[in-house]
Amino acid sequence: MRLAGVQKHYGNLHVLKDIDLDVARGEVVVVIGPSGAGKSTLCRAINRLETIDEGEILLDGQPLPQEGKGLARLRADVGMVFQSFNLFAHKTVLENVTLGPIKVRKKSKAEAEARAKELLERVGVAHQAAKYPAQLSGGQQQRVAIARALAMDPKVMLFDEPTSALDPEMIKEVLDVMVDLAERGMTMIVVTHEMGFARTAANRVVFMADGAIVETTNPEKFFTNPESDRAKDFLGKILKH
Amino acid sequence: MEAVFSNFGEYLDAFGVTLALFAVSGLASMVLGLVLATMRVGPVSVLRGAAGLYVTVFRNTPLLVIFIFMAVAAPKLGYTFRFVEDVEIAGWNVSAYFTRACIALTLYTSAFVCEGIRSGVNSVQLGQAEAARAVGMTFLQSMRHVILPQAGRAVIPPLASVQIALAKNTSVAAVFGMAEATATMRAFNNNYADQRVQIFLLFALGYIVIVEIISFGSHMLERRAKVA
Repeated sequence: MRLAGVQKHYGNLHVLKDIDLDVARGEVVVVIGPSGAGKSTLCRAINRLETIDEGEILLDGQPLPQEGKGLARLRADVGMVFQSFNLFAHKTVLENVTLGPIKVRKKSKAEAEARAKELLERVGVAHQAAKYPAQLSGGQQQRVAIARALAMDPKVMLFDEPTSALDPEMIKEVLDVMVDLAERGMTMIVVTHEMGFARTAANRVVFMADGAIVETTNPEKFFTNPESDRAKDFLGKILKH
Repeated sequence: MEAVFSNFGEYLDAFGVTLALFAVSGLASMVLGLVLATMRVGPVSVLRGAAGLYVTVFRNTPLLVIFIFMAVAAPKLGYTFRFVEDVEIAGWNVSAYFTRACIALTLYTSAFVCEGIRSGVNSVQLGQAEAARAVGMTFLQSMRHVILPQAGRAVIPPLASVQIALAKNTSVAAVFGMAEATATMRAFNNNYADQRVQIFLLFALGYIVIVEIISFGSHMLERRAKVA
């Protein structure tokens, strides 16, 4: 996956400044930075939930389609996990995971359900399959959301602050699932404030501030000896406590 | 009282016509309104604009004006709808008057149905649509499987109001050749000038019963939607 010269403005606010980023297959890239740095916008731009003003985003060498069927097909190949879970509120957990495969991938119901149960098992919520999202804890909902994304057999997974809306106890269960996913070789772009996850699972850390990528390094170097003053300042603030 | 009871068959027939106008326009306006609402919240800007224009035109025009258009201007343009008079449904001959009345009522009401559905769609969290798109659903798939089922409950009360208004708006057809309840009430008033108050009350009662039934139906739907 490649982003080249991506620009985006909200009115006068320049939220993405000339973003260049290559992500190789199987790579786990963690995007870190202060609030308002444009991390989420970048993440959402990759499957075009946000449009960009300039530049291009390529997936498997193909540029993102503008709208319509082509874009829907691309999104099916890009898994997305949201900060606020966004499970389909009127569907059971099992239906949440099977809806995409049945309607988009045109799988049979039986086939989709078998795969869904396998995935729910893997993320540890198999016994909740018949419940509705509102009956689950935040951590459980987020794991279902990960299963829903995985059910589409995506080429890449995007995580937009997946643990920011969770209690500390639940953060771990979601991160465990994500670490497992990373170890299985999934290509992942993760926007997060979880420095522990960045250290253990990331191949690369991208540090963003004020809409621009300030620094791209390996996690070890980033946490012990960052190059930019902006990153030093940021780490100094968050690692003190 | 006697004026109505000695002509009770006529009274029932009149409300039969009222109900027929309501049923046909009600159903047609729901279908057209749903299509318009889908266009209005959709990604295609031309369709969005067209549906917006439709709502602006028909919601802001008095129903009577639309009726006059259908009765006077449309035939001038060659749309007389005479061809429907060859059609017979269950032994009952469709008239051009009936067809024009239904078209006028549908054009008018569907603008309100559209806005009612749109308000329901707006009540569904944006994240639901984003999640649907993120798993690769097209716009129509996300509307059908994710947005509309969740908008359903929020949509029932406004749509019930719209349909209740329609049930009473059928009375405008009285001026355009339909022997529905209001036209028949006027005829009764002419023939039995000494019983005008009673006649009025009994016809009002007929409308009240119809509206109460719609209102009851909407409450039942709302309760069912609440359980699910």
